[in-house]
Amino acid sequence: MPTRHPLRLAIVTTMLAFTVPASANPDPSDWQSVVAQAEGQTVYWNAWGGDTRTNRYIDWVAEQMQAQYGVDVEHVKLDDTGSALARVLAEKQAGNHTEGSIDLIWINGENFAAMRESDLLFGPFAESLPHFALTNAADNPEVVTDFTLPTEGYESPWGKAQITFFYDSAQTETPPQNMQALLAWAKANPGQFSYPRIPDFTGSTFLKQALIELTDQEEALYQPVSESDFEAVTKPLWAYLDALHPHLWRSGRTFPDSGPNLRTLMSDGELSLAFSFYPTDAAVAVMEYELPESVRSYVLEGGTLGNVHFVAIPYNSPHKAGAMVLANFLLSPEAQAQKQSLAMWGDRSVLDIDQLDAENQALFEQGDRHPSELPADALSNTLPEPHPSWMTALQNAWLERYGVN
Amino acid sequence: MLRLAPALIIALLVLPVGAGLMMVLLPAFGYLPTLGGHGASLAPWQMLFAQPGLGRSVMVSFASGLVSTAVALVIVVLFLAASRGTWLDRGMRRLVSPLLAIPHAAIAFGFAFLIAPSGLVARLISPSLTGWERPLDMLIINDPWGFSLMAGLVLKEVPFLLLMSLAALPQLAPEKRLMLARSLGYSPTIGWLKTVLPSLYPLIRLPVYAVIAYATSVVDMALILGPKLPPTLSVSILGWFNDPDISQRFMASAAAVLQLGVTVAALLCWWLLEQLIRSLTRYWLINGSRQRGEIILRLVGRSALLFSSITALAALVGLGLFSLAGFWRFPEVLPQMLTLDHWQRSGPMLATPLINTALIGLVSTVLATALVLATLENEHRQHIQPKRALWLLYLPLLVPQIAFLFGLIVAAESLGIRPQLGLVISGHLLFVLPYVYLSLAETYRQLDPRWLKVARSLGVSRSSAFWRVRLPLLLAPLLTAFAVGLAVSIGQYLPTQLLGAGRVTTVTTEAVALASGSNRRLIGVWALVQAGLPLIGFMLALGLPRLLGTHRRDLAT
Amino acid sequence: MTASFCAPLRLEQVSIALAGRELLVVDATISSGEVLTVMGPSGSGKSTLLAYIAGFLDREFTASGGVWLGERNLLSLPAEQRNIGLLFQDPLLFPHLSVGGNLRFGLPRHQKDKRQQVTQALEQVGLAGFESRDPATLSGGQQSRVALMRLLLSKPRTVLLDEPFSKLDTALRQEMRTLVFSQLREAGLPTLLVTHDHEDANAAGGPVIELG
Repeated sequence: MPTRHPLRLAIVTTMLAFTVPASANPDPSDWQSVVAQAEGQTVYWNAWGGDTRTNRYIDWVAEQMQAQYGVDVEHVKLDDTGSALARVLAEKQAGNHTEGSIDLIWINGENFAAMRESDLLFGPFAESLPHFALTNAADNPEVVTDFTLPTEGYESPWGKAQITFFYDSAQTETPPQNMQALLAWAKANPGQFSYPRIPDFTGSTFLKQALIELTDQEEALYQPVSESDFEAVTKPLWAYLDALHPHLWRSGRTFPDSGPNLRTLMSDGELSLAFSFYPTDAAVAVMEYELPESVRSYVLEGGTLGNVHFVAIPYNSPHKAGAMVLANFLLSPEAQAQKQSLAMWGDRSVLDIDQLDAENQALFEQGDRHPSELPADALSNTLPEPHPSWMTALQNAWLERYGVN
Repeated sequence: MLRLAPALIIALLVLPVGAGLMMVLLPAFGYLPTLGGHGASLAPWQMLFAQPGLGRSVMVSFASGLVSTAVALVIVVLFLAASRGTWLDRGMRRLVSPLLAIPHAAIAFGFAFLIAPSGLVARLISPSLTGWERPLDMLIINDPWGFSLMAGLVLKEVPFLLLMSLAALPQLAPEKRLMLARSLGYSPTIGWLKTVLPSLYPLIRLPVYAVIAYATSVVDMALILGPKLPPTLSVSILGWFNDPDISQRFMASAAAVLQLGVTVAALLCWWLLEQLIRSLTRYWLINGSRQRGEIILRLVGRSALLFSSITALAALVGLGLFSLAGFWRFPEVLPQMLTLDHWQRSGPMLATPLINTALIGLVSTVLATALVLATLENEHRQHIQPKRALWLLYLPLLVPQIAFLFGLIVAAESLGIRPQLGLVISGHLLFVLPYVYLSLAETYRQLDPRWLKVARSLGVSRSSAFWRVRLPLLLAPLLTAFAVGLAVSIGQYLPTQLLGAGRVTTVTTEAVALASGSNRRLIGVWALVQAGLPLIGFMLALGLPRLLGTHRRDLAT
Repeated sequence: MTASFCAPLRLEQVSIALAGRELLVVDATISSGEVLTVMGPSGSGKSTLLAYIAGFLDREFTASGGVWLGERNLLSLPAEQRNIGLLFQDPLLFPHLSVGGNLRFGLPRHQKDKRQQVTQALEQVGLAGFESRDPATLSGGQQSRVALMRLLLSKPRTVLLDEPFSKLDTALRQEMRTLVFSQLREAGLPTLLVTHDHEDANAAGGPVIELG
């Protein structure tokens, strides 16, 4: 053991002094220093990777981030957002509070609620992002509300989804416009409709959509489920499903895996009517040869469930500055316009476009509408998401009833 | 150094599995301080047993393991008995390695498309024979009792068991036994079953056990082909571990322990069946019956394996068609147009995953092969019988991945080991090493010791004899083992995804992520890439010996 | 080739036992160019005797006694330094090497004229020009002759033969006996032959030890 030289000790202390602030959490209100700190960081962005168009958009974002901010963005492709949550939890369990493997997660709904509840998220940061103002949150509360829960700055909005139905106009002339019409249509066209197996996200959304329309206690859905009589509120839903299931694909004895799987089954000619969370999904599938050109999109007459999806930063991310700069870039008019264009992805913007200056508004102008795409004003009637506790309660009740055939 | 090899291997394999299991056992009994679980409790188990359909999940997992293994084993055994020396035999020997190389998920996707009501088979006979203009609304894949899952498993297990049997057979001198039996008036198939099989089975017993363990806990195939209401136990567990409702982790851990129990129960059940069959056939072996059943056994033996191999290949062809398909309406047999779009779009994304896949596969297989060779050479030099402790080597194959991988992450994180390439490689080593050992050990031990005696009597030292005589003589089995190792590594999903925190992307992780988007055209592209890589490995393994020893006839086998 | 002289091989009270049961005891000296034949049925331990001398004794056997080549204590040396040539029932030509490669395998590393020695050796046994042949394409007799030459080229100081003719057909067997014994005698090598065939012993022409 060499003797401790005072100079060496001084060097070590100085080095420590320099390294400590780097690992401490950046202050979102001092944006200049956040941007400075972000430069050279590698941000691991965990996002569902099941769609090449999404993946392509994220690739584009990564290029821009490198060029504009010197931040390296790595897309960690997930098959299930829950696995990112499980990862952060495992890290916390093992005492890894500063060196987490995830810097940004694409998230919303029950995953967000769960991470907030277990203190797995960093924040508040979202409202300090310079571009956040462009969402005009005062008039658009959905960008700060996630399944009725206030986001409180722990996640930043970046896209919008809304349940959209699609059908093959060569085979069906008048698609059903509400739940009762859907039941009648299914009876007339047995085996040609289905919804994803619960607890799939899109499948669960179908349950909520049906419940909102069928129940006479709609307002109860926007409170925690424990505050109402679950049996009474959901009774009409189960009666409806009991009637519907025998007429579903495979007589309801099995269900498709996921939302995208509905599209594949339609492509195979097994389903004639399907739905997706992405309004542009059908048009994209036609462009990619998955669906015939005769496919058309529409929204139920009473409106459909819509929600905003967000990005959040885990509490133990070592690159929070980089993650915030990325979240801010995702909110820029440039990135939002790219995302919305059908050629890139076709995911709707969370910005209040009418409030943008003329130059930025021009970015959002699209070419001709694809024939399989929704009409421009079709999404005006968006139903808000119920409280996240309803999702879990509905899933459990569904599995209890229909989980074993 | 050499003497440390067995201990090193066992430490490398047993410690991670043990640590992983421990980190799953604790929460299973209520201990998980992060989530406020501090004491011992049976609540996770009560919650687990209250899950709807748990009994059926367990039954399907248990049954699919036993049934698929039994069917695959019968197919392989009857094939070997009935096809010796035929063109079929020679053809299958060439085909077996490429078939083994096709990853499970790829086979499952292809097979599902083959047999679905809107699949390739239905299209071939529609509407001409059936009159179907629309696909029939018929529950074939995802059937509640897992028959389509079992069929898919059989497709993958047959080539593996066949390869293992072919590796073990030469040391039994089957031709001599058969010649003797036939001279005593036995027909060939019956003679083989009575004289060769009883010695062959003990040699392939371990691979059979590995197959049972795998089949009872398989995730990827069960996701695609297995039942949905409820799914198999392993699929349910994956869902619970990833559930947004974090408190489900207690139950998920309990279920992981239950999965281990199901696998162990299936193995025990198989062992009991072995005993039963042994005592039931004891009399049959010596009852003197020489001909009875010959024709039917021969027929089944030749056709069943041919059928399963053709099915597997047809599944690949279906995937290939989809990777090139434009719009493809039922009941058309071929797509309306072919396009390279899907390949072109995937092209730029292929580079990094391909490099990672090759790197991880090569490094883990080289390490595994070196360790296995060191262990076997040590065993040879010390003149020791294979130690009982070496059974532990198979632990990672017998303990379901889903039962210890989630715990392993926590263990690694606790030790400050962060997800990275190195961790992924050592994770692959867990599964590659036992398979390399499985493929190599018997041939290694059976090499005629006189070769080395001659070499040393000619003045060559031990280590020099190892390099100059043993390795060249074992080149063919060595390369096969290497290729098996590569195929195993390339097929790994959960270990890669979990230990690399998703940062280390391989062809397989990309394929699975894309599969969640259900775009069959892209799945076709990636599954073919995934199947192509190990195929290249196998082709090199088959071709290299010919290149290195072009004119050496006795080395070819 | 002129007859050369080698140190004698001495077996001092060599005794071999299996599980405490004594199989054999041999005490003999084999001088240069002499062939000692040990005869016995299978299981009598005669092959184990060879394994002991050559340094490959299985652990299940216990053995005692001294093995000396002149003044060298062979038992203290690793197998490859004992300079003992071995011939088995099978010629055991390495299948991954050509005929020439097999012969060169036995030649000491830093030797001049390797190629010439190999050519000469092949000529000597009537296989001129066989260098690049695959051993698998040779007849049984040809393979045995290559194996013999491989042994001789490695310059052993003593030779152990383990029933080397038992797998050959009758005509060939006589021919090989003559060839092997004349070559070994010419090289002046002390040779130990184990066999169960009296004709082998007769052809060897040396002393014979019969085991129980």
